[in-house]
Amino acid sequence: MTATLSIESLVVLAVLTPFAGALLIPLFRSAPNLRETVTLVTAGTLCAVTFSLLGPVLDGARPEAQIIRVAPGLDLAFKVEPLGMLFALTAAALWVVNSIYSIGYMRANDEPRQTTFYVCFAVALGSTIGIAFAKNLFTLFLFYEALTLSTYPLVTHKRNEEAVRAGRIYLLLLLGTSLLLLLPAIIATWAIAGTLDFTPGGILAGKAGAPVIAILLALYIFGIGKAAVMPLHFWLPAAMVAPTPVSALLHAVAVVKAGVFTIVKVAVFIFGVDHLSSLGQSGWLTAVAGTTVIAASIVALRQDNLKRRLAYSTISQLSYVVLGVAILAPISLTGAAMHIAAHAFSKITLFFAAGSIHTAAHLTEVSQLDGIGRRMPWTMAAFTIGALGMIGIPPTAGFLGKWFILTGAMQTANWLAVSVIIVSTLLNAGYFLPIVFRAFFRDPPADRHGPKLSEAPWPMVLALAATAVGSMLMFFLPGIPYALATLMMGR
Amino acid sequence: MNAVWPHLPILQVIVPLFGALLAGLLRRAGPAFAVALVASWLMPFIAGAMLWQVLTTGPISYHIGGWPPPWGIEYRVDALNGFVLVLVSAVGAVIMPFARRSVAFEIEEGQQAWFYCMYLLCLTGLLGIAVTGDAFNAFVFLEISSLSTYVLIALGRDRRALLAAFQYLIMGTMGATFYIIGVGLLYLLTGTLNLVDIAGRLGPEWTNHSRAIVAALAFITVGVSLKLALFPLHAWLPNAYAYAPSWVTVFLSATATKVAIYLLARFFFSIFGVAIDFRDLPVTEIVIALSVAAMLVASLIAVFQTDLKRMLAYSSVAQIGYITLGIGLANLAGLTGGLVHIVNHALMKAALFLAVGAIFLRVGTVRLSDLAGIGRKMPLTMTAFTVACFGLVGTPGTSGFISKWYLVLGALDKGWWVLVFLIVASSLIALLYVGRVLEIVWLREPLPALAQASDPPASMLLPIVVLAAATIYFGLDTEWTAGIASTTAKGLLGGLR
Repeated sequence: MTATLSIESLVVLAVLTPFAGALLIPLFRSAPNLRETVTLVTAGTLCAVTFSLLGPVLDGARPEAQIIRVAPGLDLAFKVEPLGMLFALTAAALWVVNSIYSIGYMRANDEPRQTTFYVCFAVALGSTIGIAFAKNLFTLFLFYEALTLSTYPLVTHKRNEEAVRAGRIYLLLLLGTSLLLLLPAIIATWAIAGTLDFTPGGILAGKAGAPVIAILLALYIFGIGKAAVMPLHFWLPAAMVAPTPVSALLHAVAVVKAGVFTIVKVAVFIFGVDHLSSLGQSGWLTAVAGTTVIAASIVALRQDNLKRRLAYSTISQLSYVVLGVAILAPISLTGAAMHIAAHAFSKITLFFAAGSIHTAAHLTEVSQLDGIGRRMPWTMAAFTIGALGMIGIPPTAGFLGKWFILTGAMQTANWLAVSVIIVSTLLNAGYFLPIVFRAFFRDPPADRHGPKLSEAPWPMVLALAATAVGSMLMFFLPGIPYALATLMMGR
Repeated sequence: MNAVWPHLPILQVIVPLFGALLAGLLRRAGPAFAVALVASWLMPFIAGAMLWQVLTTGPISYHIGGWPPPWGIEYRVDALNGFVLVLVSAVGAVIMPFARRSVAFEIEEGQQAWFYCMYLLCLTGLLGIAVTGDAFNAFVFLEISSLSTYVLIALGRDRRALLAAFQYLIMGTMGATFYIIGVGLLYLLTGTLNLVDIAGRLGPEWTNHSRAIVAALAFITVGVSLKLALFPLHAWLPNAYAYAPSWVTVFLSATATKVAIYLLARFFFSIFGVAIDFRDLPVTEIVIALSVAAMLVASLIAVFQTDLKRMLAYSSVAQIGYITLGIGLANLAGLTGGLVHIVNHALMKAALFLAVGAIFLRVGTVRLSDLAGIGRKMPLTMTAFTVACFGLVGTPGTSGFISKWYLVLGALDKGWWVLVFLIVASSLIALLYVGRVLEIVWLREPLPALAQASDPPASMLLPIVVLAAATIYFGLDTEWTAGIASTTAKGLLGGLR
């Protein structure tokens, strides 16, 4: 079958697969085992289709598919380029793992409305692939909004007061920024450039003066609320009210990475790196990203709730990618692209571990975790690997992205960026290592009874072990992400 | 076929007119509904055939009774009114099947035949305004549609419907009077009532002594603005929509205001724009200012409504602001956006009000506080409702996005960045009122009172789903909406001085 499919139809198939899954899942609402099988088959198919595109893309193919012409010059169209490939691969691979984890988590915690949960999840993943493979800003924007709307029911999954309030913040901030800032930026780009296609070297160079470009860039950076650049980051901690599999895949990988991915895409393919650099846009961008990196880390230090601490860590790590863009050196952009993938594997591991602790021991606060490592050795070992990835210590993939970004900062003598990276590394260590220390080297509180060894259900442990191994594998075998990240710059 | 073909313009009006007569004579609900259904389903074929003819061979001119214009009444169809005729008749046809159950539920047995009679008269009036090329004939049809509308609103079960109908009667009569004063002034100036002829006779020589023209412009603008509920002349609309029978609200929101908007555009671009230089007068600026005020103020009022129907009524006032904004911008992108929003808003608002009607049938109330958790009881209805809500906000992939896209382009074309942000700000307010409803409808536990609620029968569900699907479809394929709107806008702007 696959042999007869053209590479173009594979692109369409990749985007459609999750949506097809979303249509099928409700049919099996009364048979949970079948329903979960549909989710797993869908995730597996998506993963296989995405990987089948990898070879051709590495060989230089850029498969395209035009779906419909919405208006003259406004197309719903897909085109796979290396950066999108990297993002799609990350999301697709982690969806398989996350689905296994979700099944364990949702059943062990006896969550209600599981059919809705899996449907929205599939739609969210389909939107993510749509963002990754978008050929132009219009297509990207369409799926960007679809991602917000499809994850809203997941954030409000618990349906209690707290969840509904969090949902409000989530929707208002994400849709608000995109309606108020991103949409005008996109339409203005269209008015100036006459196209919205992602083009190597950008489409705006020489078409507008420096002030207009600076305003547009600001509209994009703050309009892409999913990147959680401060002060528009509140939605992310609020979203932590969702079930942990949602926080893990969507609010550590798909949604937030869609944000920074869009920023990288816009910087490279709409503005053009050389163009931005010649206009001297690096300074304020570095300051904005650097502030977010440091400030979010400081806030993370003070969070006792584990998921909230992870959320602030995500905000900080996302701005590493923005920082990689702000430095405006090719090598730092390579680093930014790699960091998208590397952070995904590490952060999902950390969330998996948090959910596993919640499920097995019903603990949510960092201060409760004394001695938990002895009870849940697999979980906490994986957590440790994830934490090392956050700090950027070998042998984890987090090291690579940071290394390239730092190299770029030094090449361009951007000392502000250099110091941000160094200080934030210390801060990262400051809020992650104490957790590891507590878990392994402190005695469990005397009043805690229960079995000595009680891990979470096996699907969850399997999932978190897989992502932990994945983040180490990416350090030892960085070939694919590195190749894609360098190909992105068109070299 | 050949015998019918040249007479399409008059058939567009005659068929519903005689249908009204027949429905009134039949006196019984079932047969009257059948007549209304047949007449409504014939309309889109007639309108579609005319639009096709216009787009392939140019405007149609039909002389009533064989009297040539300007002595006789001319029916004249070009791209602009061809487009409006198709919209009005298509919406009428799609929503008609819904009427049977809804009307049977909300209106007394003995009055149902009169209801269909009044509906067909109203349809006659609206299609007549659109098809005629004669200023006075348009007034006659305006009155036919208005008088039948007053009756339709007054048929509402709630006694406040009488007050709402009376309020609309006062305002509507003022509007019609203003309109006819304006037409009278034009007749004094030119000695003709034929629209094309008026435009032809108001040549360049009028530029320097155009006070009478300006007065006519002012009277007609205010008069028509009352009918189309341009802010701040919208006061009649929320009550009328809220207390009218459910199906009447659907029909009015999708067609009546849209036809009035057509009339405004016709006078602006085919008559006054030809006669005088708009740039010397603050007309477009006033229209833009009022439109923006509508978009922001009416949306804000909508946020605080406790009644779903009333909330959607205020949302209509705001959305009409989008359309008149496009007319006020008067450039290609802006006018395209305004014209395309006539269609897009009609389709999504019809879907929303239909869903409200379905809720009323099942629950007997549309107070927001009584609808907690209705989404899980009426999943298909409320999914369609939700899709149409996204259209109001202008999410990409829905038709509302297309309208917004062109309007923002129109504002950028003028270099008005502030206006750009006002447009997107109003869609953010739309998100507030829409989000509030969706939260109540989907995230709350269903109330015990809703235990028996379920999706309505297929005859009601299908129109809702079709219109919601159209909201998505016309967000992705705009050849038949924005494409025609753009051609029309080009034609209208090309005629301006």
